[in-house]
Amino acid sequence: MTKKPGSLAALPVGGMAVISRVRGQRAVVRRLLEIGLVPGTEVTLRRVAPMGDPIELKLRNFALSIRRAEALGIDVE
Amino acid sequence: MTPRRTVLVAGNPNSGKSTLFNALTGARAHVANYPGVTIDRVAAPLTARDGSTIDLVDLPGTYGLSARSREEQIAVDALLGRDLPAPQAVVVVVDAAALGRALFLVIEILATGVPVVVALNMSDEAARDGIVIDIARLAAMTGAEVVPTVATRGEGLAALGAAIERAAAKPPTDAPFLERPAGLTIDIAELEAAILAEGVLDRPGAARAWACWLLLSLDDNGDDDLAGIPPGLRARTLAIRRRAAEAGRNVDLEIISSSYRRVDAIVAAVVRRAPEERRRLTDRIDSVLTHGLYGGAVFALVMMVVFQALFTWSEPAIALIESGVTGVQALAAAALPPGPLTRLLIDGVIAGVGNVVVFVPQIGLLFLFIGLLEDSGYLARVAFVIDRLMRSVGLNGRAFVPMLSGFSCAVPAVMATRTIESRTDRLLTMLVLPLMSCSARLPVYVLITATVFAPGTRFGLLSAGAVLLFSMYMLSVVAALTAAAVLRRTVLKGPGAPLVLELPPYRLPAPRVLLANAWQRVRAFLVGAGTVILALTIVLWALLSYPRVPAAGDQLRHSFAGRLGHVIEPAIEPLGFDWRIGVGVIGAFAAREVFVSTLAIVFDIESGEEGNEPLREALRAATWPDGRPLMTPLAGVSLMVFFVLACQCMSTIAVVRRESGTWRWPLFMFAYMTVLAYGASLVVYQAGARLGWGLS
Repeated sequence: MTKKPGSLAALPVGGMAVISRVRGQRAVVRRLLEIGLVPGTEVTLRRVAPMGDPIELKLRNFALSIRRAEALGIDVE
Repeated sequence: MTPRRTVLVAGNPNSGKSTLFNALTGARAHVANYPGVTIDRVAAPLTARDGSTIDLVDLPGTYGLSARSREEQIAVDALLGRDLPAPQAVVVVVDAAALGRALFLVIEILATGVPVVVALNMSDEAARDGIVIDIARLAAMTGAEVVPTVATRGEGLAALGAAIERAAAKPPTDAPFLERPAGLTIDIAELEAAILAEGVLDRPGAARAWACWLLLSLDDNGDDDLAGIPPGLRARTLAIRRRAAEAGRNVDLEIISSSYRRVDAIVAAVVRRAPEERRRLTDRIDSVLTHGLYGGAVFALVMMVVFQALFTWSEPAIALIESGVTGVQALAAAALPPGPLTRLLIDGVIAGVGNVVVFVPQIGLLFLFIGLLEDSGYLARVAFVIDRLMRSVGLNGRAFVPMLSGFSCAVPAVMATRTIESRTDRLLTMLVLPLMSCSARLPVYVLITATVFAPGTRFGLLSAGAVLLFSMYMLSVVAALTAAAVLRRTVLKGPGAPLVLELPPYRLPAPRVLLANAWQRVRAFLVGAGTVILALTIVLWALLSYPRVPAAGDQLRHSFAGRLGHVIEPAIEPLGFDWRIGVGVIGAFAAREVFVSTLAIVFDIESGEEGNEPLREALRAATWPDGRPLMTPLAGVSLMVFFVLACQCMSTIAVVRRESGTWRWPLFMFAYMTVLAYGASLVVYQAGARLGWGLS
């Protein structure tokens, strides 16, 4: 597994990474943290919607879809 | 007998919480509002074995307790017993397969010190996926009773009921449940002491939980909509947050991360997972259903079936209700002596009840379909696939199904916006939805087209009627999407809530659950919006029938509505409408198709049957006082455009009133749609007249 820090949005389909930081507007960040996207969590990018956005993630044994705009603020390594 | 006790039922969305709630309580639910907000507070009595009653209250589905709006605040207020009776216990319904996320809410609720029962729901699914949960260990690590359940099949309910009774008999605890980072612990302790000193809460455990919530929820610039927080505490909270930020600490992250650390520790200790990949079936289905090509085809097919069903399957039931109402009216007319009271009963009350009941088939059908789509997991995929498109006009992927249903009828469609999580997104969808050309506009289009164009009139290869009809539908879609884009940038400004969409595994929905949910929606409509519709029908009837004049046939001209038609004539003349059309438009407020029958009354035509040919003749022959024909093709198009855009429907207004909880939004909607309709018709008629189009 690569250890390069980058954005979750840049992960290839099927790629797995560990969240290191969540940035953005406070309410949005709080929402993402509460649903389980806390630093240290393993995330896999499962698929991308037909029109390129949103994306589907797998974390904590459930499937979650968020938009690229939010994924860009999630740093992974 | 012991005094009445309250037990809350909390859980993530998609955890099967409401299904479990209904299964536990039967059909005895009683719906009211939470104080100050328009969220349904669903409560139902549960009879304990000792004969006493426990009030079970269904909390809205949530992932965490933090809040920005009063709607989100009700969860914490209910848990801590602010403005409401404090609960004796809380049942937290969790998806057994996704404990790694679901336990977060359990931890947050445990931190309040209220006794907790964990309903390990969908435990069959978890077992099938090779997930083994050490229930005794989970109970020991959380201090909560843990009961495996399968809500859709009613499994584990007796054990859950017994656990609820035991929990409700336990006292709350004030022992700290969570280890927080040192700095945060000091912050929380300081705020906890301040809360106790203010006397807002008297139990240390509750005060500690509230302190956490305040730190997590209050906006640094006061830009939140949270109520019931003493100014002193607000200032204290913000000061603590500032102090932490200056020390380079992120309080939000510290609170949520420390809770999740506990979640991860528990999951590591109690969950054993088979090595194989979970949800392989769901994955395989998704690789087809969210595929660009096949997914698109399935999507189009499913939406067409829903759409078609709403249109045609509801038709026989609607026809039956309408003939039933006519029958009852005839019976009443025969049985009762003629007089104003009988008229009120027949044309006001019975017609009004008919106007309400006539929506039931479509509401019931739509909610059966939405239940089917939602419980099977497909609705989330619809949102996933279409979100990009909807977002371009500021809407959410979840707005698609309600918008599509708008083609059938705005009333059930407005109710369907409940599947949209964020209140702003929901309001936006509700406000533009009535622009979608509903089926009640169709009779109006048909009458006008057939009146102003001789049969066989063609525009190129296509018949004039088809072109016009298509144009009206296009106009309605363009208007709705444009209105959404404009409202999002003006009235409902804001970044919009982020899309946080769980994609649950595909499941077979339980018919019993689908039927129960559809019935709940129908009942909510009958109670909440039905009463307003009934009242408005009576008012409208009175406007058209009073004051009475002795000469028959002249009644309408002298009625309030007739006079109103004359009053507004100068205003609608630039659109190409005279007072008679004006009366028709006023009458159409009851329901758009009533336009046809109101016009029939205006032109004094006996029941316009058989394609309304006599009415068409009368309309074609009608002239302005100076002899110009009234219904020119241009006036017809102007009138159709007006009907596309105007909010000529009291039922829509009533249902938006119910769903938004205030009169402000339905009135705003009525105003902007009327202005839009007037403006567009004005442009069409005046521009057309200048260019000399369609004047004869």
